Amino acid sequence: MTLDQSVEGLLRALAPQVLGMLVRRYGDFAGCEDAVQEALIVAVDAWPRAGVPEYPLGWLGTVATRRYVDQVRADTARERRERAVVDALPRDALVTAPVDVEPGQDDLLELLFLCCHPALTAPSQMALTLRAVGGLSTSEIAAAFLVPEKTMGQRVSRAKQRLREVGARFELPSGPERGPRVRVVLHVLYLVFNEGYSASAGPALHRADLTGEAVRLARRLHERLPESGEAAGLLALMLLTEARGPARMGPGGELIPLAEQDRSRWDRTAITEGTDLLTRAMATLPLGPYQVQASIAALHDEAASVEDTDWPQILALYDILERLAANPVVSLNRAVALAMVHGPQAGLDVLHELERGVLAGNHRLLAVRAHLLEQAGERASAATAFQEAARLAGSVPEQRFLLRRAARCAAG
Amino acid sequence: MKYLMLIYGNKNIWNSAVPAGLAALIKEVDAFNEGLRESGELVALEGLVPKARSVRMGADAPVVTDGPYLEAKEYVGSYFVVDVDSDERALEIARSYPAVRHGGGAGGGIEVWPLMKRGGSDL
Repeated sequence: MTLDQSVEGLLRALAPQVLGMLVRRYGDFAGCEDAVQEALIVAVDAWPRAGVPEYPLGWLGTVATRRYVDQVRADTARERRERAVVDALPRDALVTAPVDVEPGQDDLLELLFLCCHPALTAPSQMALTLRAVGGLSTSEIAAAFLVPEKTMGQRVSRAKQRLREVGARFELPSGPERGPRVRVVLHVLYLVFNEGYSASAGPALHRADLTGEAVRLARRLHERLPESGEAAGLLALMLLTEARGPARMGPGGELIPLAEQDRSRWDRTAITEGTDLLTRAMATLPLGPYQVQASIAALHDEAASVEDTDWPQILALYDILERLAANPVVSLNRAVALAMVHGPQAGLDVLHELERGVLAGNHRLLAVRAHLLEQAGERASAATAFQEAARLAGSVPEQRFLLRRAARCAAG
Repeated sequence: MKYLMLIYGNKNIWNSAVPAGLAALIKEVDAFNEGLRESGELVALEGLVPKARSVRMGADAPVVTDGPYLEAKEYVGSYFVVDVDSDERALEIARSYPAVRHGGGAGGGIEVWPLMKRGGSDL
């Protein structure tokens, strides 16, 4: 690990702690978040040159506090409030660094609940979480989502403004409110993971490591919520999916489907960690959709080949998933498992039903139909269906993959 | 999810507004753009100069010709790209585009095109 990488890792870990410290002191999330972001930028520049300070958390806290006070001071209209802020501070708060000596409360959960507030849209929740909790800069997040930095900056400041408008508070939701709020946090981390994972198959682009960031945050969430079966399930799902990452892309950046992947390239360490985590969670904690999805991923990861896969077990898990969290994509995946157990026609019959629902005209449904037609030996119909799926595909690598399959079927 | 919004019309449609109406429309379009910028949804926004040339394959080489826009029934006058939470939000933005409402059936409109992603999901 280079100095720059270790500095970056340290800063990411410290970012939410410094922010929590400031928000506890001043209560102004939006202003404190800006100040911490500026302090991180100063540290990124200074630490690799001058070395990591003896008390890094205290150093960041001091710089961020100065920035915050400067910010308040610069705003002359807020002069009175500034005096109140400064007066409220202990005399030595701006210069001492006691936090490393006496580690303060970890505010990770409070920050995650705030950044993943239900009043925000999903893109805003992701952006704010990555900045305030993940310690990424606006330009890194903008690059990761392929939008201009200015757009991302606006998204962050609008999200903070929205939090103010709805009176969102820096605290742990209590009682009945807590469960749904945890689910939103898990969903946001899941979306960040997916954004990174699906992008990693694209042409070589400079993108911040969103999958790594999502795994890191899910790991910390699981540490703080050891009693949540779904926090464990989500982390396991990420580890078991990410484990296949090295094998899912060919040398030319083309997608390689599960059936054709070189399974010796799968990350065994991640698979073991994910499986162990999942086994413990399922034995002791309440069951939820992330655990079931992770179980399906684990069965794929443990199989030596497609033929070797425990399809009846996967089908049973999809049945459970449909009951826990019914959605058309789950039904589509279940149709594939059903075809593996009972033959392509059984799968095609289910697709026939699904075609009447919201998936009508969806390229995934067309791709699955094409795949099952090919398995059933109807190559001409399969070729047509693959072409139709390619026409409607939502991404370049998927489109290329589907066109190759179409050509293969047409060649007979 | 990103969407390309293509704004279609022609000279007659765009010139049909009376000056006072035009000033009001421009003000509304500016406010519309500013709203998208503030919400962090606007990725790009440009107007097009109606001096396009088309390059098409001729007998043995690509041939450059003017237009054919000015005679065309409707052509693209400007475009913007948004990055939004859902398909519904993209359509909501398109429906609220001021010129669509001002057209009053004179023609013109906006096309909503989902942009392809660079990456791909598991297959």
